[in-house]
Parts: sequence; structure tokens; C-alpha cells
Amino acid sequence: MYMYDNYDQTLVDERVEQYRDQTRRFLAGELPAEEFQHLRLRNGLYIQRLAPMLRVAVPYGMLSAVQLRKLAYISRHFDRGYAHFTTRQNVQYNWPKLEEVPDLLAELASVQMHAIQTSGNCIRNTTSDQYAGVATDEIEDARPWAELIRQWSTFHPEYNWLPRKFKIAVTGAREDRAAVQVHDIGVRLIERDGVVGFQILVGGGLGRTPVIAPVIREFLDKQHLLTYLEAILRVYNRYGRRDNKYKARIKILVRAMTAEVFAERVEEEWQHLKDGAETLTDAEINRVKSFFTLPDYQSLHDKPAALTDALGLSLAFGAWHKRNVKGHQQLGYAIVNLAMKATAEAPGDASAEQLETIAELAEEYSFGEVRVTHEQNVTLADVRQDALFTLWQKLCEVGLASPNLGLLTDIICCPGGDYCSLANAKSLPVAEAIQRQFDDLDYLHDLGDLDINISGCMNACGHHHVGNIGILGVDKKGAEFYQVSIGGTASSTAALAQILGPSFARDAIPNVIQKLVNVYLERREAEEHFIDTFSRIGIQPYKDSVYA
Amino acid sequence: MPTIIRDSAIIESPFWVVSLDEVTENSGVSDQPNALLPQAFFLQHQTALAGRKDLGVWLASSDDVEALAGLVHQLPVVALHFPMFGDGRAYSSAVILRTRLQYQGEIRAIGDVRRDELEQMQRCGINAFQLAEDQDIHASLQALSAFSFSYQASIDRPTPLFRQRSG
Repeated sequence: MYMYDNYDQTLVDERVEQYRDQTRRFLAGELPAEEFQHLRLRNGLYIQRLAPMLRVAVPYGMLSAVQLRKLAYISRHFDRGYAHFTTRQNVQYNWPKLEEVPDLLAELASVQMHAIQTSGNCIRNTTSDQYAGVATDEIEDARPWAELIRQWSTFHPEYNWLPRKFKIAVTGAREDRAAVQVHDIGVRLIERDGVVGFQILVGGGLGRTPVIAPVIREFLDKQHLLTYLEAILRVYNRYGRRDNKYKARIKILVRAMTAEVFAERVEEEWQHLKDGAETLTDAEINRVKSFFTLPDYQSLHDKPAALTDALGLSLAFGAWHKRNVKGHQQLGYAIVNLAMKATAEAPGDASAEQLETIAELAEEYSFGEVRVTHEQNVTLADVRQDALFTLWQKLCEVGLASPNLGLLTDIICCPGGDYCSLANAKSLPVAEAIQRQFDDLDYLHDLGDLDINISGCMNACGHHHVGNIGILGVDKKGAEFYQVSIGGTASSTAALAQILGPSFARDAIPNVIQKLVNVYLERREAEEHFIDTFSRIGIQPYKDSVYA
Repeated sequence: MPTIIRDSAIIESPFWVVSLDEVTENSGVSDQPNALLPQAFFLQHQTALAGRKDLGVWLASSDDVEALAGLVHQLPVVALHFPMFGDGRAYSSAVILRTRLQYQGEIRAIGDVRRDELEQMQRCGINAFQLAEDQDIHASLQALSAFSFSYQASIDRPTPLFRQRSG
């Protein structure tokens, strides 16, 4: 993975000192609260319902064992022994003390981490495919490009005060695991006539106005990536709406201009920037790529006896292997997903002990690295197939072997009204109630791929618009209600979910989900997934069942 | 005379901001030396004002800086108004002034200009700062040197860091 040099380290250290001084001035009464708010937000610190919340950047989801241990240490010393994995591959702490945050940031900086631009109306952490570099359907590893974007966007002086927050995602695989179609900018590595370049999408997003991003440039040569992004950002910074925060995202500008006109404006702007100083050099591309070389793989074969024997012996291991283990580019290796979604634990939450265990397992089984996924799970990307069974046994001991990856109980969920001051309703108890209702593993495996996404408010941190089943907390005259939608997907054929009808009280939700699942079970054909059946039969049968 | 930071030093500047209301009520104001006139007024009266080297212009954050193309070189000062913390349009205006319009004179930030924004403003080519009233101008000087490097190319550091790293 990428390692800081003296330049990177100096910049992060200087930011810690700058932030320390800003905090000191605020506490001394020299900096008004509203001014400090802008400054702390650019360093990931929200003031929440119960306490401040600090969001730590995990660039494109990559973490080393050393960094995991530091996150565990921080959760013990500055928080309550927990960290929360978010839907944008970041980590959040829910209980840090405002006056201790500078020290917390210094701890992060000591392991090449930071909280820079994790909130505020600026360019946020760049996200990517959690299987980048090991996926079997990969055109090219997206991580070097995500790192180049991270560096370009860090402290970009012109784009630190945008109309609204700005999120970029990069994918280099055929299947879209980075949800590039629902980002402000989606960057897709594609191949054309034997040359790899970028397809650029702009103006996707969730929130109040969910939109699938249109393509504004079919093919961009690699060296132009940063100048082209610069052109998009400049058009947005100059012309994006600032009068209404709900109309300020770039998707609204793209829609108002039309994608064609927006693309022309970007093209005009780009003519001033193209071939300028930010044009990437081969030397720089190769320098960054050199951090993402293959680890020291052994020469192995697929399906070794150690694996096939274990699959023959243990049905439970087999169930886990079927759901949580994915194919790998390298013969004899596999991708392992730890579903952080045990029932009664908040989706994405990890205790300090779990973080340390994951660090140990990463060192023993996966070259000391892990990836955080936007489904709030953790991936060990380079595990020998002949070690899968022993790894699974260890995961069972520490409660990290939930074989529910991608199943109904692998719920994506924001922290909701229990923690977040923006939320209209609680989301975590809804997730738990659903997990309790569907506790029969055989039944779950028979249901197969089914994403449930829960957001506590319109801000859509739980990405409910792209859940096969989406649940949105709404406020009805002071009471918490839940609107249910169906048919969304964040895959390559992205689609937005359709609202089923009037919303429900919280305790009705598990039964509503049961009815939707029943319609699927009655109507599915052959090997159809939940989403395929929905696409074929439409929303009406589900409405009829739920509102009968 | 306002006290400002210019090129990292604290100075008194003879240039003063004239509001659109003032100059609309009394266009004679524009005859006075060292007035910073609203862009709209300046463009409207550009023929009459042509050749005046003692005048400057100021732009609201919504003004189109490219309207000054071809007119800007006679002006000793172009001021950019920041209506509030968080309105970032003038950063792009400054960059366009320095690059596309090749403007070499003073670019001054006016309005809600605060210590913690100065470094970013400087990097976008703003070299003078007329701070908001409650700001400590001496303490604000420190803010200009918060970072030793920057990743991106900018007006003050035209070479991106990667060209130094990789040659």
C-alpha cells in the first residue's frame, strides 16, 4: 500500500499543528463557534447529539495492521472502546472530547493517517473497489489513481469551499463495487482499442434527490486525469447553486444545464488546463504504482486438498466459504470477507479487541493489510486457500465469521438517531429487529443475494436508494416512521429504488420485509436473485401483499 | 486608509471600496483617486474610465471575472469580495485572473476575510488581504506560512509536488 514520504508526513503533521492552534483559539474564546465549525468540519469533527463525532479518512479503504492497532488504541484512550466503519470506507469515533482531538490526530499522524476533508463542503475521501488489485474481473488496479486523486484533492486551495460536499469514486473492474454511478464524480478505468483510460461520470448521488450519474466523457487518456477533474471542479465551484443547500450538489447543476451542456462547459474549461503543470508524468504514475505491487505470493494451485477436505467435513465452513470467500487473481489465493454484522451489534461497529484480532489475522494470513468496504465490512484480500479453514476457525472464536455477506442480514446502516443529530429516526434498532426476524441461516442462504440499506434521514448515509430493499426514517409529527422502497441496486446496472407506499411504524418493519421476501419466494424463477424477480414483475405484487 | 496585509507585510493602502449604492447615487465618486469601483459600474462606464490608472475594481462573488478580459491590465488593484465564510467562488476568480487574464497587479480579498482562509487565498494568487473587522491582523500573518509544501500546482507554487518528487 502507499507509504508516506517526508512530504506527505510533513503536510499531515503541519495540519495537526494548525488544527491544534485552531482548537486552542476556540477554547480561549478567540475564535467564534460558527467560524470554528467550518474549520473543525474540514478536519472531520462534527458536534453530535451526544458528543463530538470524529471521522477518520481511510483512503480507498486500505489499512495496515499497524494502523488497525492504532485505531484500537485510539478507541480505548479517546473513545469507549469502539470504532464504526462507515459506508464511505472511513472510520468514525462517536465519543472523542473536543479538547483531546488534536492529540488524537497526532496519534493518527504517527501511523500515516488523518481526518483531513472527511466532512465540510470540500473534496472528501476518494473511495474505490475493496477488491482492487486482486479482483478477477479487473481491467487495472484503481488504487494508484485513487491515491493520485487523494494527493491532488488534499488541501486544494481553490476547492475547499465548494457549494456542497464532493465525493469521488474510482473503479478498475467490470463489476462496479465502488458505486461510481452514485458519486459526484465516478472514474471508471476502461479499455478502448487496447489502451486503458478513463470513462468519467458526473452528477450521481443519493440524498434527497437520488440520481444515476451520466457519462460526460467516454474516454480520457490517463495523463489528463487531474487536469480534467480540475475542469469539472472549477465549473462546479463557479456555477453550482449556493442559495439552497438542498440544491447545491453537482447533480442539480448537471441536471439544470443538461449533461451535454455541462460536458461542453467542462471541455471549454479543460482547454485552458489541458497539458498544463498538473498533467501526469510517467515517472509519477510509476512512482505511485510502485506502492501497489504484488505481495510475495507463493506458487500454488487452486482448490488444494486442505480446502476441499474441509469443505467436505464442515457444512458451516462450506456456508461461510460460499458467501464470504471470493475468487482471486492469483492461483491458490482467495479474498475473505469478514461480515461485521452479527445480530445485536450495530452494523459496522468494531470493538478495540476485534480491531486488534483483525490486525493479527491480517499479519498471519494476508500480508498485514485489510480493506474496509462500503458495505461496512472488512476484507482480507490475499489469503492462501489452504489456510481458509484455520482462518475460519479463528474467526468463529472471535465472532467474526458471520456467513451472511451479501445476504439479507448483511444490512448497510447509518448510525441513525441513536448517535446522529441529523437523523429523523433511529436506524440501528430496525437493523437488529430484521436480523432477529431472519435468524435461520439455511433460509437466508436460500434467499441469496439481497441488500437491505437503512438510513435514519434524507441524507441517505445508509444508501437506502440503492438497497434491493431500502428503509428511510421519517419524522411524522414527532413520531418515528419508516418509508420502505424496493428495487434499488448499486451494481453496474445501477437503479434507484421505488417507494412502496405509506410509511410504517418501527415494529411493523420486520413483517413488511417478510412479506416482500414472501412475494419473491412465490414468484422467483430458477436461479433468480431478489432484484431480478423485482425487475421482471414490477412493484405491484409487492404493494398488493404489503398493503393487503 | 485601510490597513491591509500585502505581500506578507502590513501596510496602509490608499485604495478604498466604493459600494454600488454609493456610486449609483453619486457617480462623481468615481472621479476620486484610488476608488475601488463595483465591476458592474466599471463595465458600464468603461469608455469614460479608460486610461485611468488610479482606479481599481471590485467583484462580487457572483460576478464573472472573465468580463474583465482586455480591461484589467490598466488596473493597479482588483478586489474580490468574500460575502461570507464558505463562499468559495472568488478563489476561482483569483486563479482565472492570474492565469487566463494574465493579471500581474494586486489582487485583494475584501469582505468576510478571516485568518484561517488566508493561506488558501494566497495560493490562489491573492496577494493582499483587507481583513474582517474583528480579525487580528498581526496574528493573521502567521497563517500565511502554515504549510511547507503543497501537492497541487497553484499560483504561488506553480510546480506540483509530483514533478519535484519524480523529476
